[in-house]
Amino acid sequence: MATKSETKGETRGDEGDVDLLGLDEDELRRMLRLMMLGRRFEEKAAEAYQTGKIGGFCHLYMGQEAVAAGCITPLRDDDYVITAYRDHVQAIVRGVDPKAVMAELYGRVDGCSGGMGGSMHMFDRSLNFMGGHAIVGSHVPIAAGVGYALRYREEDAVCLCLFGDSVVNGGPFHEAFNMTAKFELPVVFVCENNSYGMGTDIHRVAAIEELADRACAYENMASESVNGMDVLATRRAVQGAIHRAREEHLPSFIDAHCYRYMGHSMADPSAGTYRTREEVERHRQDDPILTYRKRLIDAGVISEEDYDAMDREVIDQVEKAAEFAEQSERPDFASIYEHVYAGDFRGIDRRDAWR
Amino acid sequence: MAEATAAQQRAPAEPGATRETTYLEAIREALWEEMKTDDSVFILGEDVGVYGGAFKITEGFLDEFGPDRVIDTPISEAAIVGASIGASHMGFKPVAEMQFMDFVAPAFDMIVNFAAKVRYRTGFGAQIVIRGPVGAGARAGPFHSQSPESYFANVPGLKMVAPATAYDAKGLLRASIRDPDPVLYFEHKFLYRRIKEQLPTDEEILVPIGKARVHREGEDLSIITWGAMVYTAARAADRLAEEEGVSAEVLDLRSLRPVDVEAVAETARKTGRVLVLHEAPRFGGLAGEITAVVCEEAFEWLDAPVRRVTAIDTPVPYSPPLEDYYLPQVEDVLTAARWLLAY
Repeated sequence: MATKSETKGETRGDEGDVDLLGLDEDELRRMLRLMMLGRRFEEKAAEAYQTGKIGGFCHLYMGQEAVAAGCITPLRDDDYVITAYRDHVQAIVRGVDPKAVMAELYGRVDGCSGGMGGSMHMFDRSLNFMGGHAIVGSHVPIAAGVGYALRYREEDAVCLCLFGDSVVNGGPFHEAFNMTAKFELPVVFVCENNSYGMGTDIHRVAAIEELADRACAYENMASESVNGMDVLATRRAVQGAIHRAREEHLPSFIDAHCYRYMGHSMADPSAGTYRTREEVERHRQDDPILTYRKRLIDAGVISEEDYDAMDREVIDQVEKAAEFAEQSERPDFASIYEHVYAGDFRGIDRRDAWR
Repeated sequence: MAEATAAQQRAPAEPGATRETTYLEAIREALWEEMKTDDSVFILGEDVGVYGGAFKITEGFLDEFGPDRVIDTPISEAAIVGASIGASHMGFKPVAEMQFMDFVAPAFDMIVNFAAKVRYRTGFGAQIVIRGPVGAGARAGPFHSQSPESYFANVPGLKMVAPATAYDAKGLLRASIRDPDPVLYFEHKFLYRRIKEQLPTDEEILVPIGKARVHREGEDLSIITWGAMVYTAARAADRLAEEEGVSAEVLDLRSLRPVDVEAVAETARKTGRVLVLHEAPRFGGLAGEITAVVCEEAFEWLDAPVRRVTAIDTPVPYSPPLEDYYLPQVEDVLTAARWLLAY
């Protein structure tokens, strides 16, 4: 797969430091900061969930930060992102203000979905962030539609579609892959392969060893497995796929091997039932943030002091997000009727009318 | 799992013995007992094995029954239901779990076009149960809170049940598994651990599909409902009794297809004032159908028009105060009841 692409932050092309993808220092630091922000954000979300400020279901991202950062940072502003339900950090990396993400988790009016969606339904049309989706695999065909529109309008933007490993066993995956490949649509599919669909090991339910090999069933579909705990390796692969989508209007499938530290949701302990504590601990040793931190320090891009300062900054940013969410209003009852249809629709009876 | 396993392995109970059982445990026990007594029963679904089910209903089943009868499937609802239909043709009685009933949508084709119609065109049916959690109130947002009975209500060939009590949860699941036709079994996630009852341990609990249950006797007004709304209705009935001396009857339909038309007509004729309550949205909701039954079967006994109290015609919002607004509350029932009584 080609790795060269014209993406923001890239200043030196192929002749730069191969390990750092020729990215400038600002971009390298930006990626690190976004990963750190994602981690601290999720820690805060866990705390807010435990104190009852966030309700319902809450799926956290700790451990997978390199995937969101590696996939979303090389995109242009006019590209599109669509993702699954573990979506807080994707939204943040795409540029949604952590305040709006936290307010959504709190169910408040300033949430990026106005408090109507909650954890699994972050959305920001202005950033071409086409949302978190709660039904496993059902957003993959939607990415095909976004890709189709881009091709039809002869735009050179691309659509990045992120999903979990369990998606590869569902019908919509095949239908979307087949259509995207045959119609030559500019979509980059990335599987965030954390090995588990909730509590089921992917290899217990997928009749294939390497998920990337699923792509061989579709002409025009390139594929690659990548270490999703390594943000630069992930970015390198995704840059190649973006180039292929942008220049040749061809889709790619990247299987990014990563790991989630927490349970599937806040209701699921991180280990015990379907995986061992030792397994989680082993993966924690390969932490994507610490690995990348070391790399940037070794390359002289940041110092330890820079890192610590950055950490204080993101902690502060997350605290402010929580305070913002706390103070944001709860939606008023009239707003429940908004956005069910465009405009006023007579078919919606208002409860007040029956009272 | 320890409790249920231990309970099942306990020696035959004393006559009249009971045991405190939650709604969730009742479902678990029904599955367990049917699997114990009938080798052709097996369960399949997402995370039903190693994980023990998203709500831990099938915890311990894998150890007891093994992976051939407790099947962790891929996230493939169409394949789960399709394979269930195929296995039923081979003499098995599969119980397919939808992790949330909202996820039944990808299996819609299998249910509506295959399970529901196979008997009509071949003479042999699909003896399958499709069970899973429905309902709002858990802050679960628009895709994990729906009550999908209406989607299936217009499909001949299907049966649907929605228990409100632990007794009915157990009895209806056993009946569903034994029923020769496809049954959609809607369990209310809000009731899983909130409902506890003393269930007899020395009798086989079996509740016939198609029979309603009077949850509370009354003379002045009928509230016809099912699922978690039975408790909203009961609280409203308590307040009507306390505050206004009104005696309200609460009829728990339990079965949504077929509906117990006789029981609906009987309560309507008895009180002459009928309120239909459900937590699915209003337009096209089953309340309309129940209302039609009342009008057709008991019109001359009515002293007031039938009133519906339902969720509003919007998706289920996540934001907690809005979700509470979305759902019918006791106050909504009281308002409609007073209107009916004053008519």
